[in-house]
Amino acid sequence: MPTTAVRGTSAGPAGGPGSARPPRRASGGLLDPRMLLRSTPQALRKLSPATLWRNPVMLIVEIGAAFTTVLAALDPTVFAWLIVGWLWLTVLFANLAEAVAEGRGKAQAAALRRAKTDTIARRLVGWAPGRPVETARTEPVPAPALLKGDRVVVDAGELIPGDGDVIEGIASVDESAITGESAPVIRESGGDRSAVTGGTRVLSDRIIVEITQRPGESFIDRMIGLVEGANRQKTPNEVALNILLASLTIIFLLAVVSLQPLAVFSRAQRPGIPDSAALGADGIPGIVLAALVVCLIPTTIGALLSAIGIAGMDRLVQRNVLAMSGRAVEAAGDVDTLLLDKTGTITLGNREARAFIPVGGVDERELADAAQLSSLADETPEGRSIVVFAKTTYGLRERTAGELPTATFVAFTAQTRMSGVDLAPPGPRGGEDRRDSGPGEAGEAGDGLHTGGGRQIRKGSASAVLAWVRENGGSAPPDTGQVVDGISASGGTPLVVAEVVITSGVDGGRSARVLGVVQLKDIVKAGMRERFDEMRSMGIRTIMITGDNPLTARTIAEEAGVDDFLAEATPQDKLDLIRREQAGGKLVAMTGDGTNDAPALAQADVGVAMNTGTSAAKEAGNMVDLDSNPTKLIEIVEIGKQLLITRGALTTFSIANDVAKYFAIIPALFAAVYPGLETFNLMRLHSPQSAILSAVVFNALVIIALIPLALRGVRYTPGNATAMLRRNLCVYGLGGLVVPFVGIKLIDLAVQFLPGIR
Amino acid sequence: MNTTTAGAVFAASLAIALGLTYRPFGDYMARVYTSKRHLRAEKMIYRLVGVDPDTDQRWSVHLRAVLAFSCVSVLFLYVLLRLQGRLPLSLGFGGMAPGQAFDTAASFVTNTNWQSYAGESTLGYLVQMAGLAVQNFTSAAVGISVAIALVRGFARNRTDRLGNFWVDLVRTVVRILLPISVIGAVVLVAGGVVQNFHDVRTVSAIAGSSQAITGGPVASQEIIKELGTNGGGFYNANSAHPFENPTVWTNWLQVYLLLAIPFALPRAFGKMVGDTRQGLAIVSAMAVLAITGIFLANGFQLAHHGTVPTAVGAATEGVETRFGVSGSATFAAATTLTSTGAVNSAHDSYTSLGGAVLLLNMMLGEIAPGGAGSGLYGMLVVAVLAVFVGGLMIGRTPEYLGKKIAAREVKFAALYILTTPVLALGVTAAAMALPGERANMLGSGAHGLSEVLYAATSAANNNGSAFAGLTVNTAWWNTVLGISMLLARLLPVVFVLGLAGSLARQRTAPASSGTLPTHRPLFVGLVTGVAFVVVALTYFPALALGPFAEGLH
Repeated sequence: MPTTAVRGTSAGPAGGPGSARPPRRASGGLLDPRMLLRSTPQALRKLSPATLWRNPVMLIVEIGAAFTTVLAALDPTVFAWLIVGWLWLTVLFANLAEAVAEGRGKAQAAALRRAKTDTIARRLVGWAPGRPVETARTEPVPAPALLKGDRVVVDAGELIPGDGDVIEGIASVDESAITGESAPVIRESGGDRSAVTGGTRVLSDRIIVEITQRPGESFIDRMIGLVEGANRQKTPNEVALNILLASLTIIFLLAVVSLQPLAVFSRAQRPGIPDSAALGADGIPGIVLAALVVCLIPTTIGALLSAIGIAGMDRLVQRNVLAMSGRAVEAAGDVDTLLLDKTGTITLGNREARAFIPVGGVDERELADAAQLSSLADETPEGRSIVVFAKTTYGLRERTAGELPTATFVAFTAQTRMSGVDLAPPGPRGGEDRRDSGPGEAGEAGDGLHTGGGRQIRKGSASAVLAWVRENGGSAPPDTGQVVDGISASGGTPLVVAEVVITSGVDGGRSARVLGVVQLKDIVKAGMRERFDEMRSMGIRTIMITGDNPLTARTIAEEAGVDDFLAEATPQDKLDLIRREQAGGKLVAMTGDGTNDAPALAQADVGVAMNTGTSAAKEAGNMVDLDSNPTKLIEIVEIGKQLLITRGALTTFSIANDVAKYFAIIPALFAAVYPGLETFNLMRLHSPQSAILSAVVFNALVIIALIPLALRGVRYTPGNATAMLRRNLCVYGLGGLVVPFVGIKLIDLAVQFLPGIR
Repeated sequence: MNTTTAGAVFAASLAIALGLTYRPFGDYMARVYTSKRHLRAEKMIYRLVGVDPDTDQRWSVHLRAVLAFSCVSVLFLYVLLRLQGRLPLSLGFGGMAPGQAFDTAASFVTNTNWQSYAGESTLGYLVQMAGLAVQNFTSAAVGISVAIALVRGFARNRTDRLGNFWVDLVRTVVRILLPISVIGAVVLVAGGVVQNFHDVRTVSAIAGSSQAITGGPVASQEIIKELGTNGGGFYNANSAHPFENPTVWTNWLQVYLLLAIPFALPRAFGKMVGDTRQGLAIVSAMAVLAITGIFLANGFQLAHHGTVPTAVGAATEGVETRFGVSGSATFAAATTLTSTGAVNSAHDSYTSLGGAVLLLNMMLGEIAPGGAGSGLYGMLVVAVLAVFVGGLMIGRTPEYLGKKIAAREVKFAALYILTTPVLALGVTAAAMALPGERANMLGSGAHGLSEVLYAATSAANNNGSAFAGLTVNTAWWNTVLGISMLLARLLPVVFVLGLAGSLARQRTAPASSGTLPTHRPLFVGLVTGVAFVVVALTYFPALALGPFAEGLH
């Protein structure tokens, strides 16, 4: 499995610039000023009402800007033109936020497009699986013209023309174009590693691929669409938030429009007061009304809403996860139950030796030595771990095969279910003298009885080894069974080690005995328990899925700290578990790669398919992890949550801002008529004109200031809901109240010196 | 005992009494709406009107029932008012003019009880009893029924049924409003409230002039006026009239009665959704806003910087000496906080900032604790919005009581929140823009603006109290306020029932430590904050040009 190292797993992408990032990743945190500049043409294009209508808040701002432009042209003053300029800038800044967010995706899309060069595929005509390829006729077809079900042959060095499954052959494939991972991966027919992606390159051998995509719907096509946000649709939560923002806009529009008659009436009460830029005999000038509307309607969140959504998808892409819809990302934030495969997610892929338990009075060192000898040529991770364990615990030096010239290693087979070593009788000290003993001398593995006598060591599953001992005339000590059962019960895997000693001599006697048991254990990945504790505090239940027996499963579940486990799980069991959880109103997320995972992936609310998996799995899931790292599910959940938090935080901030704007504008408008209202001028702003202008300028600048936050997402630390809400209310609620008071005052200090502003 | 202490004792004893009845009364109401049994009297009513009490209604059917019932009620009351002259017990009064009859019918059916007439010089006993008092019962019951339907929306799981409107309506009247009213009326009579069928009596006053005194079935109407948060007085002087509200303790009782149902309904809500802490959170949010309102109203009335208030120690203008400044301020705050609109003092005479508090109380949307039923559903809608914003900030699709707050729910909640400001500010702006309507103002300047704003706000929130000082018995005001009251009542009902329907359809998701806890003080603070900020942002400019302009120096 081409698993790459887990990248940037620290909590959230706000992890800081220090975390190592793959080169393909766009810059995450700080906003590059060049990026703003590059996106400006795109932002200007977005001024068209045809595209802006999708964002009702900003459309109102644009209408206000256009309206004030007309008014300023009719009655030009410095103040009027300044307001006009800043209103247009407000719209432009909002477009810029979206354009910058899209721009980061575009860079990735460009890289992907390069992989989508037009290859000429060699389509097989009249070929059936099993027949030699050489005999079949091929015809050249341009890749985009390939139909679903076509079979193409791809040789080393060629690009795979489209998504499909390998139906014959095995090859190493360079998938760096989509995963960014340079190490080649193996793709072979049958099994769970048969899926290939169009645009990737075969490095060795020849494969026959059956195309599974329809023209123009390849994985890369979809990926480009996703990162560019071309077919981006509003997610359910975005729709809900937009409704709220639209209704707030209507309320504020109404509050301002209804203010005019009240203002006219109030102004008429004090006929002696001279007209000002903020209030005349006809009431409040149109420019000021428009400025007031723009200040009050939730422009901050309205401007940044789509950028937040695009950036959320982008953060997933940066982690090499492709979400097929924004809806799936949101669902990830809501997940209540995580189904995690044991192997590879919770435990390291393989088991390790943890103890040597001798039986029948055998010395522990003797057992360790025998176990190590039997494993020297065993290249499985389990075998390596026995050698290492014997070395580290008993100080037994690892011997190389060369040091044991008389040894014949017996490999593991599914039939014998054991492996081991046959040693010729000990000759003169110093094995190098027996160098001439070549392969010819080695008997057949397993049952090779050397006339010269010697020693045979076997390790393997309890039933197989015990049978072997009995065959050779030995018997197992009574404590063997107890030890084996004990290890099984504690979640380990027992490997029994036994030997047959053949004494050289005329009688040729042989004695077989069991030496002891090696305890193999699953190794839980470091930090998993903390991860699961975090999940629990976030209200997410973790369930471990394993094919192990319930006893073993329970032990590992307890060690890893998951909430529950499903042992001896079949695909149907998984599906049933998901349905059960969903019937209780819960949202379920899972990862999977095999074809038999497909139904469960489709049923789960968030199904993350591994890129190494089959096409069926990738079709069924709503996300694909290009790194094929099942642990990433946890990160996906965090990104989903961060997306929603960012929206909520900026909405709160935006609404809280309005309080300060009222305190700037209301006294500016009416303090001349009712001096008592000067009480509200807490900021002691210079003049009505400077107050209104400062509020408008602040309103526009805050959008630019918050673009980095919108792209990066607000800080997210896993924790319980109450603590998180309290913190975010303090930062974005109280902060939203206070910041504009400071900001508007500072801007006022500057704009009051502008010529033309009194 | 000085004025401040007296006021504190008055308010504190009310709070204690409401606290004591919160549990038993709320639990009783929850039982009323969950019981499967029908009383014999109820069965008779169902047979009479041809309703099957055991059918469960979809939200649309429920809504049609509410609208049909309200429509018939308006028509019936309108006809009754118009035909008064030809009916018995009219005391010689003729029929009401069409405009005013429409205004009055709309007003009483919508639980507003805005009165552009003086009761004792316009209406006879039959119309008072068969028309107005009946509406006092049914309009309150309609409000409670709608609230209960919303509660069922939260409590139920994957269904499109919200209960039966007719059953809820009948049970509210038979099991809650009537029993309390019968006992309460007797108590009021004991306190000096009149209850008779006397003709108008002419008596000679000390100075030699003669005065016409109207008696009537006052106690029976007075009790439901408060209990049902209606507020329409038998007499023009409303609860300032000695026949309606004779003593300090009847005054206390009236304030208690108008707060009793709205403050106990959250308990019934908590009980019905299976978590009484949720009810406690809602009532806490109501209480925080209510206590603030009562405290501020008292504060501005007792300590104001005007010349006269400073001289006499408090703002005594327009205040009945029987009740004192604080007994009036607390009554005024309670009546504006509950959409009752009964008055025992002249709100027009309040200090400008005291008046601003009364305005703000109404502008909250009558949710603290609001009208009978309408207070609960209004507060729950605000809670839904608070959950939406707060829920996002913890990184989940917002959930309230296991129900997801998604686009459809937000749409209904947002439309609900929109309705009142549109009506209140729309009518205010229209009145201020039209020269004729402006001329109806008796006050001038900022105070005149406050009077218009108060009238529009009162109608748009179905409160019914008036700032006076504004001649509202004109064709324009009668028509506009009548329409405003009807829309302000019925549109929110549409949205609330729509919300209830969409909530009931959902599967109830289990709560976990990752879901927003909606029973903690933090959530109470959030709901209070959302309610206040939305109101403040909506009405700040209008308030600035009205009471603030007048009151700030």
